[in-house]
Amino acid sequence: MKALSQKRRHPLAAVALLLLGLLLTGGLYAAATSINEAQASNAADVYSASDVEEGERLFVANCATCHGINAEGSDAGPSLIGSGAAAVDFQVGTGRMPMQMSGPQAQKKPAQFNDEQTMQLSAYVASLGSGPAVPAAEYLDVEEGNIARGGELFRINCAMCHNAAAAGGALTEGKYAPGLDGVESVHIYEAMVTGPQNMPEFTDANIPPEDKRDIIAFLKNNESQSAPGGFALGSLGPVSEGLLIWTLGLALLIGSMVWLTSRSS
Amino acid sequence: MSSQSLESKYTEEQYSEVDQYQPATRTGKIANYVDQRVGGTGMVREFGRKVFPDHWTFMFGEVALYSFVITVISGAFLTFWFDPSMASTRYDGAYVPLQGVEMSTAYATSLELSFDVRGGLFMRQLHHWAALMFIMAMAIHMLRVFFTGAFRKPRELNWVVGCTLLLAGLGAGFTGYSLPDEVLSGNGLRIIDGMLKAIPVVGTYISFFLFGGEFPGDEVIPRLYSLHIFIIPAVILILIAVHLFMVVTHKHTQYPGPGRTERNVVGYPIGPVYAAKAGGFFFVVFGVLALLAGTFQINALWNYGPYDPSPVQAGTQPDWYIGWFDGLLRLMPGYIGDIPLEFVLPTPWGGNSVATPVLVTFIPITALLLGLFVWPWIEAWITGDKKEHHILDRPRNVPGRTAFGMAMMIWYFVMWAAASSDLIATHFSLSFNDVLIWLRVLFFAGPILTFIITKRICLALQRKDREIVLHGNEAGVIEMLPHGEFREKHTRVSDYELYTLVSYESPEVTAARPNSRGKVGLLEKSRVTLNRTFFEDRVAPVSREEYIEALSHDDHGTAAELPAGSVGAIESKKN
Repeated sequence: MKALSQKRRHPLAAVALLLLGLLLTGGLYAAATSINEAQASNAADVYSASDVEEGERLFVANCATCHGINAEGSDAGPSLIGSGAAAVDFQVGTGRMPMQMSGPQAQKKPAQFNDEQTMQLSAYVASLGSGPAVPAAEYLDVEEGNIARGGELFRINCAMCHNAAAAGGALTEGKYAPGLDGVESVHIYEAMVTGPQNMPEFTDANIPPEDKRDIIAFLKNNESQSAPGGFALGSLGPVSEGLLIWTLGLALLIGSMVWLTSRSS
Repeated sequence: MSSQSLESKYTEEQYSEVDQYQPATRTGKIANYVDQRVGGTGMVREFGRKVFPDHWTFMFGEVALYSFVITVISGAFLTFWFDPSMASTRYDGAYVPLQGVEMSTAYATSLELSFDVRGGLFMRQLHHWAALMFIMAMAIHMLRVFFTGAFRKPRELNWVVGCTLLLAGLGAGFTGYSLPDEVLSGNGLRIIDGMLKAIPVVGTYISFFLFGGEFPGDEVIPRLYSLHIFIIPAVILILIAVHLFMVVTHKHTQYPGPGRTERNVVGYPIGPVYAAKAGGFFFVVFGVLALLAGTFQINALWNYGPYDPSPVQAGTQPDWYIGWFDGLLRLMPGYIGDIPLEFVLPTPWGGNSVATPVLVTFIPITALLLGLFVWPWIEAWITGDKKEHHILDRPRNVPGRTAFGMAMMIWYFVMWAAASSDLIATHFSLSFNDVLIWLRVLFFAGPILTFIITKRICLALQRKDREIVLHGNEAGVIEMLPHGEFREKHTRVSDYELYTLVSYESPEVTAARPNSRGKVGLLEKSRVTLNRTFFEDRVAPVSREEYIEALSHDDHGTAAELPAGSVGAIESKKN
């Protein structure tokens, strides 16, 4: 203790203190970020070597034009090293990749690869560097999810772009948040974890896997429940309601007015 | 059909005859007993003989009245269950996705109304659809009154009452929209709060006064509830009474036609035909609204979740009639280039921020609303027309007014459309930013283009009317004359139609009038300029001479051979 109080005015004390502080924050940060990668898997654990090999072949034939022959990226597309299997499974599984045309964002279309090929592509990309893995089945089981909690999380984190009823919404410059009806649970999960297109990433530190399951349960319930009040008019809110009263409502009124006054004079 | 006389007088004999009347039947006895004590005869005699002209465009006011009555009926039902309290509670009703969620009592009871009260959802939807229809009907009614010139002397004050009714309707709608306390309406309130706070100096005080402290507080829903179910409906009811009283006093306007003059009203008396029609029409409106309420979901408040000031959801819009406020806020840029429009005004106490982007939106709002109220006087000032008018204008015959009205409509429409700019972008695969830029262009160019185009269309329609009067309608029959000439047959229009086509006032430009000191002031000069834009381009109605001239061109028939009525109609209406 005495030594410390004597040395504290040493010229190098400030430097030592600074180093100590940097080490501490750096260590804490490393520990914190590694939690986010808890889901990241080593490709070798899940995928066989032949999957990776076959995936590479598919990649070179279908993806390398934009993403580079070693997935290192080019002017036309980003590097996929460290993207992880979940990103590939989402992009390829929903048909967004290979991209139909360049534009504000990749659009959903029928998937271009079958499940096995998608898996092989995922295996290849996962082998390049660790990234989010395809989620385990337990986190996709909507029976286990809490709908009410999922709804709360959805409204706080997702509804500003995707609309409260998950009907989708506009973003800037022609980009948009798509409607979520009919999206498979696994793809919803992967989208949250990888943040495709303009979507932010929701890491496991941000929304734990169990909460993601709640959100999926809410969305699946939202998709399957019928609108209690009749036709939902696209669940778009007051605009479609206003449109209906000014079209159908007004037409019905004018029709009856003309009918009522048709025998005049 | 009957004409209404201005006064009816009864002799002493007639009164005593009524007193000594002995009814013969049972029903008659009951009726007579009641009548001698209530005096219904007088009322029926006075109101039952009021004549109303029949035209479908006259019925929008009725629709507004009926949909208001329906909102009152359905709203009374809702008050039995709705509790406007902002006290926190945990939802335990039937709707699973919200079970266990913490929310205000107001939101919980709105959900209870929707899911646990039998018929509650239907009544909620009926109330909301009726509210949308109420304001739509008022808006269309006002457009009809505007474009036909029914607001002119002596009806200017009733026009003002109508404008106030529209504002009260907007107030009723907005306060109702805010009551369920979900995220959608909470965001709407937040915008109003922001607009209030943008008012320099007093804004914050007004906002704190309304919300009982900082937004959102726990006072605002009960306060809006008092306004929504008590104060505003009372104001609307009183104004409706004044409005209808004035309609009876002024008598109804009518479209031009043979036998219709400034001194009569041609139509059916209220009793019994019109009363039956109007009463039946109430049920038609009720039926249309019930159909909408039963089949189309409106304000799915269970989707939005309990109000929380942090999230804003995609597709957050107000109901249609508040849309243009929202649209204006979207249209107004916060930056021009890199220069922020908001700035801090240095003051001795440290500086006040001036929210220019919000303040600027008050300009078009004030211009439109104030313009609506004072238009009857503005138009009278421009035209110099101080006469009474009971015969309506056909919009094409007043190109200036019609063009101006259309320009203002398009201006409103651009602001209105801007409120749905995000949905326009997603549903037509457009860039949100581009939609906004185009709407900004239209905001300025739209009204000007509309004015020019509408005026040209009106003048063209007037020319077509002239053409029809002078040459008749094309019959679609080609005749070959004995010497080989081909000619299309024209049929002359009937006297009835002829009257409508030629009997209108067509004012010409009035020169500047010097004031008492013999000078033409700046105000008078601007009046003359406006007068010129109104009347300079003019298609004169067909005169008697022109018509006779045209008749003489016909192979068969000259003026002498035609029934006197045809020419007479023109002469009698020549100005």
